[in-house]
Amino acid sequence: MLEKKKGIFDYILLVLFCGMIFITVYPFLNVLAISLNDPMDTMRNVNFIIPRKFTLSNYQYVFTSNNMLKPFALSVLKTLVGTGIGVVFTSMLAYVLSRKDFYFNKSFTIIFIITMYVSGGMIPEYLLIMRTLKMGNNFWVYIIPGMIWVYNVILMRSFIEGMPMALQEAAKIDGANDLVIWSRIIFPLCKPVLATVALFVAVGQWNSFMDTYLYARELPTLQYILYEIIENAQIKIDPHAAALGQVKNAVSPMSVRMAVTVIATVPILVVYPFLQKYFVGGMTLGAVKD
Amino acid sequence: MKKPKKQKEAKQKFSMELMWKQRYLLMMSVPFLIWLIIFKYVPLWGWIMAFQEVVPKSFALPVWERRFVGFKNFIDAFTDRLFAQTMINTIGISILGIVIGTAAAVIFALFLNEIRMEGFKKVTQTVSYLPHFVSWVIIASIAKMLLNDGGAIETMFGVKLHLMSTNSPLFWVVVCLINAWKEVGWDAIIYLSAMAGIDQGIYEAAKVDGANRFQQMWHITLPGIKPTAIVLLIMSVGSALNVGMERQMLLSNGIVQDHAMVLSWFAYVRGIGSNNYGLGTAIGMFQSVVGIILLFIANKVAGMIGESKLV
Repeated sequence: MLEKKKGIFDYILLVLFCGMIFITVYPFLNVLAISLNDPMDTMRNVNFIIPRKFTLSNYQYVFTSNNMLKPFALSVLKTLVGTGIGVVFTSMLAYVLSRKDFYFNKSFTIIFIITMYVSGGMIPEYLLIMRTLKMGNNFWVYIIPGMIWVYNVILMRSFIEGMPMALQEAAKIDGANDLVIWSRIIFPLCKPVLATVALFVAVGQWNSFMDTYLYARELPTLQYILYEIIENAQIKIDPHAAALGQVKNAVSPMSVRMAVTVIATVPILVVYPFLQKYFVGGMTLGAVKD
Repeated sequence: MKKPKKQKEAKQKFSMELMWKQRYLLMMSVPFLIWLIIFKYVPLWGWIMAFQEVVPKSFALPVWERRFVGFKNFIDAFTDRLFAQTMINTIGISILGIVIGTAAAVIFALFLNEIRMEGFKKVTQTVSYLPHFVSWVIIASIAKMLLNDGGAIETMFGVKLHLMSTNSPLFWVVVCLINAWKEVGWDAIIYLSAMAGIDQGIYEAAKVDGANRFQQMWHITLPGIKPTAIVLLIMSVGSALNVGMERQMLLSNGIVQDHAMVLSWFAYVRGIGSNNYGLGTAIGMFQSVVGIILLFIANKVAGMIGESKLV
């Protein structure tokens, strides 16, 4: 095959991409270091990736103050419920739309796909949810309006269409109805694509911020709390007070903010190896469709 | 010559018997259809508000009893004191974003494709799309820590850059660079898969003819990903006015707000902030309609210059 001799170009590439990795990773390490560093010491200079004065006080503050714990729990709950509902409903709908013998197959598919391309926009959606349906500041506003993504339905439908028909036919002969075929045969066999969809939805739920901002500020999630800290820190920190040493608190907005940033990032890092495996596959699967 | 038409499956006739036979399928899909109609089609119907005077008081009225005002909402929007600057920002950020984003992704993919150490290639790629999965709130928190006056970047290099505190188009560049940093690895995936599809035989032939690696990249790899790039460009032109409000709002601050305001945010400020629902809807509708028109134009232009079209 190709000769694999390494030339000067290969070494230039190596250096280039090491730089690239550094640029990507450095901000995260910097944040982590600040969150583990003594707040007073941090004010001296924010530029480090190894904590100079190690402390857990920032995290202690976050996990003991009640206005942080509740949003954290809410974020977790919303992610779990949203993902569970999303995965089950997406596969159910995908199964129905994969059934070519279903009388409304074509028309339903078209009605669903149209919504991928046109949407009413922010204001009509806001009015519908807040004024007409009165879902504001209700937990379900996080779950119901976005419970199914049509893109995921299409993704899953093409996966189901790739399964051998014989499975379904055999079950039908044994007297299984469509609901049983879906729940006992299709759903368990969809595992790889279910993982992809679950990750899509979970990351979306965990990261979402606009839903709280628009519809449920009284039920803040972790992302929204972080946003509030960012906004307030700019107002609260008085440079003169800092210079005069009047800030005596053991916590500073900056350090707390960095601790919350780390807490909000960690779940993504935990699922990242799986994301990696399924997302990229899912993306090309979607691209190859039709 | 006409192709013989494929025998279509016999179209089923509608009958109650068939509906009964497919009752489980109906049960499993009709609730979602209702959900879809409520959450996706009712807001579309709400576009009618763009032609009405709708404020909180009149919103409760039935649609036909609200006052129709023709194109007044659109005219009000276009003559708003914020509109001209908002439009310039939106287009500026869009164009800059497309240019920087595409260039970064293509160059990244091009060089990554040349790495011959498979392990290192994999690690680089894995690290590169990590920021894609991190929320904009987190990115904003990190970006403000790094780029604000006296932040990590300024102390690192010992210069005053005022990246987040210059009320000028510099802010567009900052936003687009942050976006490119976040998305470059992710956007490169599609180019890398296009590169994987290029026939290896072409490279072999070029090598026999004495082409060096740069010549191969320039004459084989780049033309190989051109169709993919064109399709992505057409699509991004179609969404040129849809610069997301979330990113702009999170990255901006009071000082740079003039240059951070984009159409979707403007719709929020006027529509929900000042409760002028009709005006807000009009701005959203303007965005969608112009987007569709731009998509068609871009598609036509691509066809005219002999490139692959989207449809």
